[in-house]
Parts: sequence; C-alpha cells; structure tokens
Amino acid sequence: MDFLGAHSPEMLPGNRRLPDGVIEAPHGTTIVAATFPGGVVLAGDRRATMGHMIAQRDIEKVFPADEYSAVGIAGTAGLAVEMVKLFQLELEHFEKVEGATLSLEGKANRLSTMIRSNLGMAMQGLAVVPLFAGYDEAKEKGRIFSYDVTGGRSEEHGFAATGSGSIFARGSMKKLYRDDLTEQQATTLVVQALYDAADDDSATGGPDLYRRIFPIVTVITDEGFRRLSEAESSELARAITERRMEQPDGPRAALL
Amino acid sequence: MSTPFYVSPQQAMADRAEYARKGIARGRSLVVLQYADGIVFVGENPSRALHKFSEIYDRIGFAAAGKYNEYENLRIGGVRYADLRGYTYDRDDVTARGLANVYAQTLGTIFSSAGEKPYEVELVVAEVGATAAGDQIYRLPHDGSIVDEHGSVAVGGNAEQISTFLDQRHQDGMTLAEALKLAVQALSSQANGADKAIPAERLEVAVLDRTRAQQRKFKRIRGRQLARLLEADVPAAAQADAVSNDEAPEDEAE
Repeated sequence: MDFLGAHSPEMLPGNRRLPDGVIEAPHGTTIVAATFPGGVVLAGDRRATMGHMIAQRDIEKVFPADEYSAVGIAGTAGLAVEMVKLFQLELEHFEKVEGATLSLEGKANRLSTMIRSNLGMAMQGLAVVPLFAGYDEAKEKGRIFSYDVTGGRSEEHGFAATGSGSIFARGSMKKLYRDDLTEQQATTLVVQALYDAADDDSATGGPDLYRRIFPIVTVITDEGFRRLSEAESSELARAITERRMEQPDGPRAALL
Repeated sequence: MSTPFYVSPQQAMADRAEYARKGIARGRSLVVLQYADGIVFVGENPSRALHKFSEIYDRIGFAAAGKYNEYENLRIGGVRYADLRGYTYDRDDVTARGLANVYAQTLGTIFSSAGEKPYEVELVVAEVGATAAGDQIYRLPHDGSIVDEHGSVAVGGNAEQISTFLDQRHQDGMTLAEALKLAVQALSSQANGADKAIPAERLEVAVLDRTRAQQRKFKRIRGRQLARLLEADVPAAAQADAVSNDEAPEDEAE
C-alpha cells in the first residue's frame, strides 16, 4: 500500500481528483450475514441497479478477502470491486512480507480506513458500504463488522445487513435468527432474508429460477472460506421458493 | 593527496566475485527439485522463524542462500514487484521469468557498481506450471546472471558437489516422498564421506504443489507431515495423497 502510494499514487482510490456533477453508475444492493456456532455465513443477491434500471442480473458482490474472511459490497459497484481488490492485495501482501496473517480486528480496521478515504466520492453519491465477516482464529468464532459511509465500524452480534434491501432483510432475520443455528440452517436463514428483501425492495433481486441465477452464499469456519456451489445454492433457493408457494410471506415466528 | 593504486577491471571483478562466493559458501546449502506434482524446496535451517524459502506469488516460490539481510531485502522487493504487477494487470501476468529478470538486473547493478559491496547471495526463483513441462526454475548467482535449470538445482556452500549428486540420481516424475528423501541424502552427504543425516527438526521444506485447490500453490511442510513423508517407504503413491488431504490443519500453523 505504501509502496503503491509512492510509486503509482493515481492507482489508489483516495488520491483522485473528484469529477464534477453527478454520474450514474451501477449500484449493488443487499448483503446479509449471520453467525452460527463455529462460523459465519455471508450472502448477497445478484442484482445491480442504475437508477430504476436493472444494470446487471448476475453481478457477484461477495468476495473472499483471504482464507478466513470475506467482504460483501453494497454501493457503487465499480468502486466497491476496486476497493475489495486492493483490500485482498493488502492482506496477502502483509501475510507474505510479515510471514503472519493480520488479526481479524486488524483487517476490519484496515477496511474502515479504505472506506473513509472514499468519503469524497460518497458525498457525490458514489458510496461504498461493505459488510465484513470472518472467522476469528484467536477467539474461535465467526464475527461480523458493518460500516457506514464515513468508515465508522461496528461489530454486529448475530446478524447484519447492508444495502437498499437491508431494512427488510434485517426484519426477516430478526424474527428467524436463533443463536444455536447449524451451518445448514444459517445458510437457509440468509437466503430467506434475501428473499424477503427482494420481495419488498425493487433494487434487490430474488432467486431467478429460469435463468438459474441464485444468491451467492459463502461460509467461513475454522476450515476457511467456502462458497456454496451452484448446485447447493440452487437447491437452497428451490426449497425456499417451493415453501413460499404455499406460504408466500415465508415462515412465521411465534406471537409470544 | 595520494594517487590510488591502479587495479585492472579484471582484477577488481575477480576480487568482488571471490568475496561474494566466499560469503555464499559460508551459508548452508539448499536444493530445489522437481517432482511429479510440483517443485519441492529443501534446506537445512535450524531457525523456524527465519525462512530460506518463501512465497512470492500464486505459482512462484523463492529460495536463497547467503546473507539473511540481503536476501530478505530482495525477497520483499520481489513480493512488492509481484503484487504490484498482479494488481495492475492480472494474476496470470506475474511470471517467474519477469521476476528473475528483475532480480538479475538488481544483482548485476549492485555487483558492478564500485560504490557498493556485492551481495553475498544466490537465489532460486521457481514457478510451478499446470504440467511438469511448464515448470520453470531459474538460478541467480551473485553477479546477476541467470541460469535456466531443469530437474534439480543446488545453491550455497557445497553446491557443486550436491548438484552432481542430484544430477546422477534425480528422475522426472518422482513422488514427493522420493524427491524429499533424495534431497535430504544430497544435503547430508559430506565431501569427506562422513555422512550425517539431517534430523527432521532442522529441515526447512516447502512445496509449490500444482494439485493444491487454492490459487496460491506455495505451502510449507513441517511437523508431523514432514516426519511422515521422511519415514515413508519410497514406492509410496498413497503418501502423496495423504499430503493433499492433510494440508488444511498444518497450513494454518504459520
């Protein structure tokens, strides 16, 4: 990072002159995460929107940051993808030069600084608001960090969501989350939440059975990062849509 | 002011080369061998923290003999070069050949500039390909030349003797256990015939394993896994499988 700053400063996000006026660029929408005993799941829908138009149906918004952590991005897709690339580079570079990986807190703090350096762009409507999830090897549990546009970082307990559909996704998870979920149940939970977000938010895409576009679901445990294969995530989405044919609003929580 | 003595360029270069060679010869040797599924690095190194072998990029590994601070400097330079390349262009655009060229330039410039002392290091840059035919191994001596090696290469103290030993015995398509055994034999053999086997805890071993599922193919082999490989009877195809199955837990020890 320092080396990049000294040698090719124009490649770093913070050092660019801001363009005048407002431009339209594809925006990513909903990312959700939930912890379970032994790890954490992070998932995202596949839609990118530009104003009222769907810019892309099959965008990927969840990336591994390194072996034990992942980032899901909401906000301006182009800037967010670049931020993730730079973040991945930094973690890998640190690991190779120092011979040890950064702590999960260290990674979360680094991401916070990167978001803050994008504040100028965010003021012009090009915000990037990621969700960071990882397995903390020292504490032996999954942890989630959420951010605001100014780089403010806060650790979330249980579940979290970001992006335009996050309000609906959070409401959904609030009613369905328990702290003794299995890995399988946690992946179902996040896809349910994405379904609910897509149900009520026009910028969030639901599972597209005809085009075979399903949410990206990733799991991080002590065995590292794993992305569910297409077969697994399509099975998950199919099970949920089938259940919703009988009960369109999804599972109901107890009243008392 | 006194006039400095005239020293012919030939003499000056010969002196510098001798100085560097002596420095390198003081260090312990290490070997780099091709085996069926990749490239293995083996060396004697009592320290667990100061590595002789390290990862540069996805498919590229680095080995060095000589002075620690000098090759550490070059290693970090290499990691920076590779990461910057990969970020600017694409991960596939980082190649061992490009990296070896950068190292050759650096070493060559330092060697021939009168103001600096020559680096007392000898490097090996290796890249594992999709098949054995795609493997590349470059040896970079102290003076900035590049030697394209095949099969096996040794650098450091008894490099010549060890590489003769290896050349006679190394075959293509050896298993990891076979290659490792051969490497340890080569490193243990002494000029005076008094062989002493190097114990597992003094060995530093790393592989670039093309069968590894991750993008980054570099992996250190240590502890139980190393002991198991060393004990393995040579025709041991099953052992090679055991390595890939076991890699997750051992990998995180770093």
